[in-house]
Amino acid sequence: MKDKNFIVSSIIIFFAFTYLQLFKPDLYIDERGLLLFLILLFGGILQYSTRHAIRGGDIFLRTIPGVKAVEEAVGRSTEMGKPVLYVPGIQDMDQVETVAGVVILGHVSKMTARYETPLNVPVARSIVLKAAQEACKESYLIEGKSDIYNENMVHYLTDDQFAYAAGVNGIMNREKPAACLYMGKFYAESLLLAETGNSIGAIQIAGTASQSQIPFFVTACDYTLIGEEFFAASAYLSQKPELLGIVKGQDYIKLCIIIMIVGGVLLRFLYDIDLIDFNVLDFLTVSNLK
Amino acid sequence: MIFNDIFGAWVAVFFTLAIFSFLYKDNPFYKIAEHAYIGISAGYWLSIGFWTIIQPNLLGRLWPSKEYSEESFWYSIYDFLSSIIPSIFPNGGIDKGHNMDLTYLIPLVLGIMMILSIFKQFNWMARWGIAYTVAIAAGLRAYGYLNSYILGQIKGTIVPLANTEYPIFHISEPSLLNNLLILLGTVTGLLYFFFSREQSGSFGKITRLGIYFLMISFGASFGFAVMGRISLLIGRFVSLIDYSSSQYHHATLWVFFLMIILLIYSAINDRSTSS
Repeated sequence: MKDKNFIVSSIIIFFAFTYLQLFKPDLYIDERGLLLFLILLFGGILQYSTRHAIRGGDIFLRTIPGVKAVEEAVGRSTEMGKPVLYVPGIQDMDQVETVAGVVILGHVSKMTARYETPLNVPVARSIVLKAAQEACKESYLIEGKSDIYNENMVHYLTDDQFAYAAGVNGIMNREKPAACLYMGKFYAESLLLAETGNSIGAIQIAGTASQSQIPFFVTACDYTLIGEEFFAASAYLSQKPELLGIVKGQDYIKLCIIIMIVGGVLLRFLYDIDLIDFNVLDFLTVSNLK
Repeated sequence: MIFNDIFGAWVAVFFTLAIFSFLYKDNPFYKIAEHAYIGISAGYWLSIGFWTIIQPNLLGRLWPSKEYSEESFWYSIYDFLSSIIPSIFPNGGIDKGHNMDLTYLIPLVLGIMMILSIFKQFNWMARWGIAYTVAIAAGLRAYGYLNSYILGQIKGTIVPLANTEYPIFHISEPSLLNNLLILLGTVTGLLYFFFSREQSGSFGKITRLGIYFLMISFGASFGFAVMGRISLLIGRFVSLIDYSSSQYHHATLWVFFLMIILLIYSAINDRSTSS
């Protein structure tokens, strides 16, 4: 704990909230105090980890095979002279998976720019179209390959789920990409895409937090980034300290959650055998606003 | 039976079989179905988006029916637009039950900025809309996710391990052993997603247990989804069988045999061209 600015800011925030609690209690909804505490705790952990990483703190992250395979997939496409197909899901930018998918697209497009490999990104939402175009354009500029950047590499198909799947399947069959990357929010079209990719012999890497679709990707793809792995992928690919710090911070948050679960089970056990009068489930229940 | 029903059945049969023909290989029938589907759906969603969101919820709040708001200079713009496109801007304001709310000018401006980005010099304008969407979604969802995903998961995992009302084991109902499995599965699953520690030694064994739990749940989910898909397939087959009746002039049989003949002809043609 050598981060003086962080400690001072935390103390100021603590006293500010204490002051408001004591002298302006009407600003608070008491039933939601637990959520306020958790937001401050988790926010503080993330902030501390990020600052720690930016200040040069040592961050160790284990290898995720799926992330490592992304560069191999782009390299394979380059060797074979075939395009890379990138599918950023079928939802809009208000979904965290789509945002993560577009961020990873930025890293993938850096690789395709570096190796001068064709990239094809069909999208299903207008805002995703602009965001993906911006991400690719920036990557090609950074790599000094703006001359080979083509705005049509990111193109709109349709908003409709299965029409989009039919369109992407058609692209796969006609262009025969050597690598298919599915990174974003998916629903029932996931298996349709992954099966077609499998049938054309492309190396396939999927990343999603859509619980019901992970099994399909696990079955049909070479690598699958499951849930948290998918969100951590952009940190792994960029190696930016602030992002690596966030991944580390999220580990601390998971540890807090495990402690809360184990502690909660213990408290419930004691409550069930009438040793204490404190019901932990009531404590954790946050009522909605009326 | 009226003509529209019969024609609809023939179209449905053609597109169903055209999509199924992809199982053989990419072919002109699939291409027709694919392009028609994409084109029609893109146009359909544009129309739906405009008439269910933009016109009633955006324009309807900027220029509601004059019954709900006072006549002002603001309406002179509306009257001008109404004289050009009366179907979108009907006379007397848009009556969707809303009051005037000029804060909706913000999404209108962001939308216009998004459209203007088609011009290269205004390309930067799209970023404002993207930033707005992402930031609002992040702010709105932070609270909801914390409450329903994190607190909800914690509460769901705090299961009774000493409650005498529960049996030791039951295959489908809550039991002490099932509760223990829930606790173990959640904790080891969470530990699997620890990235800042190498998965080796005893920690590796625990995380391996976590991935086993995950894979078992994925397997169950996969089986459940496949069952759902099979029922969809049966539904499609039932429609095809219905459309093969004389009421629909044997649509399924005609389309099916014509497609088969044309695909065989195309395959022979391709073979002779390649040789």
